Amino acid sequence: MVVDAPRPTKPATNLSARLARWGLVIVAAYAAVALVMPLLVHLGLLSDPTAGVDNPVNAAPSWGHWCGTDRLGRDVCSRTLAGSGVALQVVVLAVLIALLIGVPLGMVSGYLGGGLDRLLVLLMDTLYTLPVLLLSVVLAFLLGRGLPNAAAALCVVYIPQYFRVVRNQSVQIKAELYIEAARSLGAGPLWILRRYLLRNVITSVPVLLTLNAADAVLVLGGLGFLGLGLPETVPEWGGDLQLALTALPTGIWWTALYPGLALFVLVLGLAFLGEGLERWLSDG
Amino acid sequence: MSRANRLLRYVGARLALAPVMLWLLASLVFLLLRLAPGDPIDALLGTRAPEAARAALRAQLGLDQPLLQQYGHFLVGLLQGDLGTSLTNQQPVRAVIGQTLPASLELGVVALLLAAAVGLAVGFSGIARAESRWDLGARLYGIGTYALPSFWLAMMAQLVFAVWLGWLPVGGRFPPTLLPPSGTGFYLLDSLGDGLLHGQWQNLLGSLRHLLLPAGTLAVLLSGIFANALRLNLRRAMDSDYVEAARSRGLSERRLILRHALPNALLPVLTITGITVASLIGGALLIEVTFSWPGVAARLQEAIAQRDYPLVQGIVVVVAALVVMVTVAVDVLLAWLDPRLEF
Repeated sequence: MVVDAPRPTKPATNLSARLARWGLVIVAAYAAVALVMPLLVHLGLLSDPTAGVDNPVNAAPSWGHWCGTDRLGRDVCSRTLAGSGVALQVVVLAVLIALLIGVPLGMVSGYLGGGLDRLLVLLMDTLYTLPVLLLSVVLAFLLGRGLPNAAAALCVVYIPQYFRVVRNQSVQIKAELYIEAARSLGAGPLWILRRYLLRNVITSVPVLLTLNAADAVLVLGGLGFLGLGLPETVPEWGGDLQLALTALPTGIWWTALYPGLALFVLVLGLAFLGEGLERWLSDG
Repeated sequence: MSRANRLLRYVGARLALAPVMLWLLASLVFLLLRLAPGDPIDALLGTRAPEAARAALRAQLGLDQPLLQQYGHFLVGLLQGDLGTSLTNQQPVRAVIGQTLPASLELGVVALLLAAAVGLAVGFSGIARAESRWDLGARLYGIGTYALPSFWLAMMAQLVFAVWLGWLPVGGRFPPTLLPPSGTGFYLLDSLGDGLLHGQWQNLLGSLRHLLLPAGTLAVLLSGIFANALRLNLRRAMDSDYVEAARSRGLSERRLILRHALPNALLPVLTITGITVASLIGGALLIEVTFSWPGVAARLQEAIAQRDYPLVQGIVVVVAALVVMVTVAVDVLLAWLDPRLEF
C-alpha cells in the first residue's frame, strides 16, 4: 500500500455524518418498535410475547411463527420485538440517573476543590478500575430482579465516567478569566455553576450519553444472560439467550439467533450515533 | 534530579497507591454486601426457616457482630490471605479460587495474545489515507467487535463449529474420556509436559481443541480495541512533523513506517493493553459461562446463583486486585519505556 497523496490535516466529516445518520435511523426504528409493539399485540396482529400455551414447543421458523417458538412455545419474533422496549426503558433510565448524579457531583467537586474533591476523585477512580460487568453483576445480585433495580445497578457503573469528564473540565474552566470576572462582580458559586460551568460542560455530555447507552445495552444483556437484572416474566434479550443456550447443542438455532441479532444491531446503532456525534462535535 | 531518580520516585508513589486502591475496593465490596437491602440469611434459608437455624447461620457468618467488628475481622483475614469459607461446600474461598484461577488465566492469556496479533494486523491500516476504503473497513471492524455481545458471538461460534460442523467440542476444558493432566493447573503447559515426557500428545490436542473456540471468540472481541488503538496512533504519527521531515529527506515509505512511525505508535498500545485487561474479565465472565469453561468467572456465576456471599466477596476482591496490579504494572512499564514521559 503506497501512500503518497497529501494527507488531509482534519479527517473529513463525510463518513462520520453517514455513520451518525445510520445510527439515528437504527435507534429510531427500535424506539418505533418499542412504541408500536404493545398496540400490535393488543390488536391481535402479533402474538403475545409471554403466552405460548397454545403453540408448538421449540418449533422451527414457519409461516405461523416467522422466527419459530421457544421451549415454552412463545413466539420468538414477538419476544425479540418486545425486548426493544424493555431494553430502551432500562438503559434510558440508568443513563439519565447517572447523568443527573455524575454531572452535578463533578461540577461541584471540580469547582470547590480541596479535600472533598480529592476524596471523590479517589473513590470514583477506584470504582472506574473495576470491570463494568463485574460491578454491575455484584450490584444486580444485591439489588435483586426488577426494572428499577436493574437500572440502579447499571447507573452506578456510569456515574464515575460523567464525574471524571465533567470534573476535569470544571477544573479547567474555573481558571478562566471570565469566571474570575463574574466572581469579582459578586456572582455567587451557585450562579457561576449554573450559568457558566454547566453551559460549558454540557457539550461533552451527548457523546458520552450515547456511548454509555450502547455499553449499557450490552451490560443489561449480559446481566440477563447470567440470570440477573430483570424479572423472568419480562421478555428480555439476555434472558432469552440464556434459555437458548441450553437448547443450542440440539441444533435449535432460532431462539439464539434473533434476540442476539436485535441486541447487536441496537448497540451498533448507538455506537454509530456516538462515534458520528463525536467527530461532528469535535470538528464543528 | 536525574530522570532515573524521578522515575524511581514515580514508581514508588504508584506502588504505594496500589494498596490504598485495593483497600478501598475491598471495603467497597464489603460494605455493598452488608448494606444492600435484603438479608443474606433470608436469601440462603428462605424467610420461613426456624429462628434457631437462622441464628446459627448468622453466628457462623459472623453477622451477629457489630458492623465495625465484622469489618476489622474481614480486613485482618484479608491481610493473612484468608478470604473466609464458602457456604455451599465448606471449602476455604482461597482454595476455590486457587482451583479455578489457572483455567481463567490460561483462557485470558491465550485470548490476549490472539487478540493482539489480529488487532495489530487490522490496526496497521492506520497508514492508509483517512476516509479511504481501508480506513472505513478498519473503523467498522472496531465498532462491530465492540457492539457484538460476547455471549451471543460465543453461541453462534458454538452453533457453527461445534453443533453443525462438529469440528470442535461445545464446551468444557478437557475431553471427558481422558484424565486431566495434573501439575500447575494450566492444562496447556501440563499436557505439553505430558507430551514431551511421556509422548501423550492426545492431552495437548484435547486441551487445544477445547481452548480454541472460547479463546478465539474472546480474541475477536478484544482485537477491536487493539486495532483502534494502533490505527489512531499510527495515523497521528504519520501526520506528525518528524515523519514529514523524514519523508522530505527522501526515506522510503516502507522505512518511514517501520522505523519511524510504528515504534511511536506501539507505546500507547501498551496502555490500551492494561485497560483491556478489565474488559477481558467482563468478557471472560460471559464466555466462560457460555462454554462452561471451569474458570473463576463461571464459579462466580455459580456462587451468585447459590447466594454464596463469602465466595462472591472473595472472587470479586481477588479479581479487582488483579486488575489493579496489572494497571499499576503497565503504568510502571510505560514510564520506564517512554523517555518522553515526565513525572
